[in-house]
Amino acid sequence: MIGHILFFSLAAVLLGAAIGVITSRNPVFSAMFLVLAFFISAGLWLLLEAEFLAIVLVLVYVGAVMVLFLFVVMMLDINLAKLREGFARYAPVGVVLSLVIVALLANVFWFRAQDTPLMLTPELRSADVSNTRELGSVLYTEHVYAFELAAVILLVAIVAAITLTMRRRPGLKAQNVARQVAVRRQDRVRLVKMDADKE
Amino acid sequence: MEALLNALPGWTLLPETVQTVGVIVAQIVPILIALTLCVAYLTYAERKVIGYIQNRIGPNRVGYKGLLQPFADVLKLMLKEVVVPTNSNRFLFVIAPLLAIIPAFATWAVIPFTDSFVLADINAGLLYVLALTSVGVYGVILAGWASNSKYAFLGAMRSAAQIVAYEIAMGFALVGVLMAAGSLNLSEIVRAQAGGTLMSWFWLPLLPLFVVYFISGIAETNRAPFDVAEGESEIVAGFHVEYSGMAFAVFFLAEYANMILISALTALFFLGGWLSPFAGLPVLGDTFLAESGFFWFALKTALFLFCFLWFRATFPRYRYDQIMRLGWKVFIPVTIIWIFVLGGMVYLEIGPWAR
Repeated sequence: MIGHILFFSLAAVLLGAAIGVITSRNPVFSAMFLVLAFFISAGLWLLLEAEFLAIVLVLVYVGAVMVLFLFVVMMLDINLAKLREGFARYAPVGVVLSLVIVALLANVFWFRAQDTPLMLTPELRSADVSNTRELGSVLYTEHVYAFELAAVILLVAIVAAITLTMRRRPGLKAQNVARQVAVRRQDRVRLVKMDADKE
Repeated sequence: MEALLNALPGWTLLPETVQTVGVIVAQIVPILIALTLCVAYLTYAERKVIGYIQNRIGPNRVGYKGLLQPFADVLKLMLKEVVVPTNSNRFLFVIAPLLAIIPAFATWAVIPFTDSFVLADINAGLLYVLALTSVGVYGVILAGWASNSKYAFLGAMRSAAQIVAYEIAMGFALVGVLMAAGSLNLSEIVRAQAGGTLMSWFWLPLLPLFVVYFISGIAETNRAPFDVAEGESEIVAGFHVEYSGMAFAVFFLAEYANMILISALTALFFLGGWLSPFAGLPVLGDTFLAESGFFWFALKTALFLFCFLWFRATFPRYRYDQIMRLGWKVFIPVTIIWIFVLGGMVYLEIGPWAR
């Protein structure tokens, strides 16, 4: 009973937050609505006893990705009028895309899941079953190749992103921090010992 | 606590869910009050310690030896007006201090104070701690943006970049703790360090991670020498330049609660939490010194808190690009290398992993 109340109230807030992401005029508010949506989805996952996924969602998306997002959104001078210029031109594409997504979801929910009841309550496990341990035992045995492959792809993406931003601009005056840090007192200061002046 | 509530007339007649919630609230309230008092006296300790380091006396007017100074400060801040700048975003401006303080307090839910007392003994405690400490930055960023002030905005930008950088080093350091303890539960992590004197704690096999974790913790809490988000010599007071009165006090409270939190976590992860360093020494017999308990946890936390104050009085502020270099180019490689070393040690069963 309490589970149902929690689920439906969380779901309602999640939908509200998702609508807020696309309707708010201020991009900072959009980003904050997205943060709220992530939090609520984490709550939904907690209801399914997937505490690892729930906490990692908050850790990765709210704690790191959205911070960077906010950073960029606040830094950019976003001209809303210019962004809205092409709205009518691109609207058909958007409508088609959203129809395709709705069709895909309908396929999953109505046709493929016809035999299973909609309100499927997962079997409750005892509190000492660790979601993390179970995920790990599958991830590092059965799916280890897929896991390693994903890791390598991410590494390549990181290297590519860094290479794209690393460019040498001529005439740029940059400090060599390593050399600055390595400086010792002897290189900079000369202590001179001299007798006091006597008049 | 439960026995106390059961003594209340009519308590047992209430529905079971209400009773459970009541017990939890009855545990939360004492923790929060104790924490707030700790914060109050940490500000006093800070002024005293830094005072003595700088050959001054520090606050000594309000109450005996200045002991009532924190309450005088709180009273002053409560009576001040909260000024909301024009053209600021009022909603985010008001909510930002709350976003800073909620994670700082909520993390205490999983901190085990003794072997038996922890509010929520959850399996993924370490992940919960990491997730909530990383959420605290929103208060700073939103405060900087909503204030509609260039100085506050610069502070927020600096803070965002800094926290993302040091979050990674912190996470990697905790991966080492996780590997050593074999559990994400904070109580289990402490129990994995038991069974000997202070040499069996994780600080020795994880020494580089211990150092990286504590320094990253200082950077995460925006404390000197990493306090570029405030940087009063460059950007006035950084993200909270527009805040006054209670709104400012809440930021202040969050910063000091985070300091206590980082100290407590370092004590739990690397110095054996509530474990006594003299356990098993025959000289002490069974005095309280040989016994594990809250006393030792508090003492270890206080030790790290003193380090926070000591560093603030000792080191000059880092330059911003040097902070970034330290985080990305020094700490992250150090932690990654030590995780590999640790993997080798576990595999070859060296040191604490000898079975």
